[in-house]
Amino acid sequence: MKKTIAALLTGIMMLGLTACGSEPAANDAGQAAATPDAATKAPAATAETTPADANATQSGDAADELSGTITMSGSTSMEKFANALAEAFNQAHPNVTITPEFTGSSAGIEAVLAGTVDIGNSSRNLKDEEKTSGAEENIVAIDGIAVVVDPANAVTGLTKQQLSDVYTGTVKNWKDVGGADQPIVVVGREAGSGTRGAFEEILGIEEKCAYSNELDSTGAVVAKVASTPGAIGYISLDVLDDKVKAVALEGVEPTVETIKDGSYFLSRPFVMATKGAIADQSPLVQSLFEYLKSEEGKALVESVGLISVD
Amino acid sequence: MTEQKTGSFSIIGSYKTKKTIEKIAQVVFTICAFFAVLAVFSITLYMIMNGTPALHKIGLTDILFGSEWAPTASDPKFGILYIILTSILGTAMAILLGVPIGVMTAVFLAEVAPKRLAAIVKPAVELLAGIPSVIYGLLGILILNPLMYKWELAVFKGSETHQFTGGANLLSAVLVLAIMILPTVINISESALRSVPDHLKAASLAMGASKIQTIFKVILPTAKSGIITAVVLGVGRAIGEAMAITLVSGSSVNFPLPFNSVRFLTTAIVAEMGYAAGEHRQVLFTIGLVLFAFIMLINIALTRILKKGACERE
Repeated sequence: MKKTIAALLTGIMMLGLTACGSEPAANDAGQAAATPDAATKAPAATAETTPADANATQSGDAADELSGTITMSGSTSMEKFANALAEAFNQAHPNVTITPEFTGSSAGIEAVLAGTVDIGNSSRNLKDEEKTSGAEENIVAIDGIAVVVDPANAVTGLTKQQLSDVYTGTVKNWKDVGGADQPIVVVGREAGSGTRGAFEEILGIEEKCAYSNELDSTGAVVAKVASTPGAIGYISLDVLDDKVKAVALEGVEPTVETIKDGSYFLSRPFVMATKGAIADQSPLVQSLFEYLKSEEGKALVESVGLISVD
Repeated sequence: MTEQKTGSFSIIGSYKTKKTIEKIAQVVFTICAFFAVLAVFSITLYMIMNGTPALHKIGLTDILFGSEWAPTASDPKFGILYIILTSILGTAMAILLGVPIGVMTAVFLAEVAPKRLAAIVKPAVELLAGIPSVIYGLLGILILNPLMYKWELAVFKGSETHQFTGGANLLSAVLVLAIMILPTVINISESALRSVPDHLKAASLAMGASKIQTIFKVILPTAKSGIITAVVLGVGRAIGEAMAITLVSGSSVNFPLPFNSVRFLTTAIVAEMGYAAGEHRQVLFTIGLVLFAFIMLINIALTRILKKGACERE
């Protein structure tokens, strides 16, 4: 009896060991299980894109005629969005791979104009000379940033200059920008954060910011600003809630509407530039832009914290 | 001996099965033991492989002795001097604060405490050891930071140059660390104090020394190596802690002055790993390597002390 128990125990231990060893395999299986889910989505998406593709046959699995590679390069700020798009589009069309590279907005537009990539990502509006060289400005999403202070702060609005002064450390007290005599606690995000990149880029204060708190998540910024009298921080517009107070910039409140009409300056477009109009692009690229315009595409845009465009 | 009926006892058969089981068990134990060895080896190898490329590319002195940390600038700077100093200074301050309290608590538990009071203190210390570090951090945000901000406002009232941090500074982190190392220091010091032979204590008391004199002149010196072990383990715990202090220290790279927002080796990795790419990411691994080197040094020191203590006892 004891023997069998002992043998069993050893067996169980061995099993335990092998189970540990095979864990990655189990994960793979989990991912594989996730893909059929995506595959079921594919036919629906294909139905949408078929009109654009004249040669497409309507029969079952063969309907997904789209295959190939879309190359894009450009803005590092768009990394999260571009990767999410690449993944989602690949799930909808398993034969299509999107290879995003992140080289910077200007480099991306140069690359698309030179014809080395299909799409140039830019997290700023195109310059006139870029447009005259043939780049088409296709705005696919808008990134909005809200400046927040603690709810007890009397300051309701700041100008662009005042905001820059606060973040570069020239202004250290709220009384200098129309508030109470209270030190300013400058809260920001860590280096590498897209929100920080956008914020500093729009204000033109890259590498000049004097933060007293560099927090590694939007939630942490909200918590810190909400609990610290005199704190100021910036967050993506979509996570703004009533724990903190958003400040009007140049007299404009940050809302989806003011960002869309361009009156709120702390926002930037995410542009996927093409060489020539979308209609002149390959069917593959056209279907990507159609995907972005679909409900699914808009949901994707919003899922990475951006504002979708109509 | 004739054929055995099932269920009856055979010395030879039993010996054989026993031997196989012994052998299998031994193999299983050996495999298990190698897991730990394998883990240590692969971690060491991995840290060196990932931590050194940046050292080659940017330069050892530029990283270790540069004071400017601007990883995403167009001309990136990867100086981690202030980060290293913060880790060393923060740990040292936490030890200065935590060890006396911890050792006194251990003395109290081992020598002075009435049984009923010890029955309250001891479980409390054990509970403290079990609290997850993120809880310390959250309490730090909720309680420590606002108090610290009041103090900061009072100290730097009217200051034009000081950058106000809202209480997220080195002192907050040090306080949290000091509390976090308490259980380690108390538990190990206490067992060291308890292992002091009774005859030494009895002799001291018989010679006419008071209880306090006995504690400070006989018991503590005898338990020295155990207490040093406690301190070293406390250092290890403090220097490796990330979660609690990332929430209270402000995480800006500054010289470690008490009221400055600071970044530790651990929090530097935690804070920027999410979005770091290219060289920036490699430097974060280098920071990990520096931290790893610190921990290794502490472990070597610990082994030395333990060996020395063993020699002294002999």
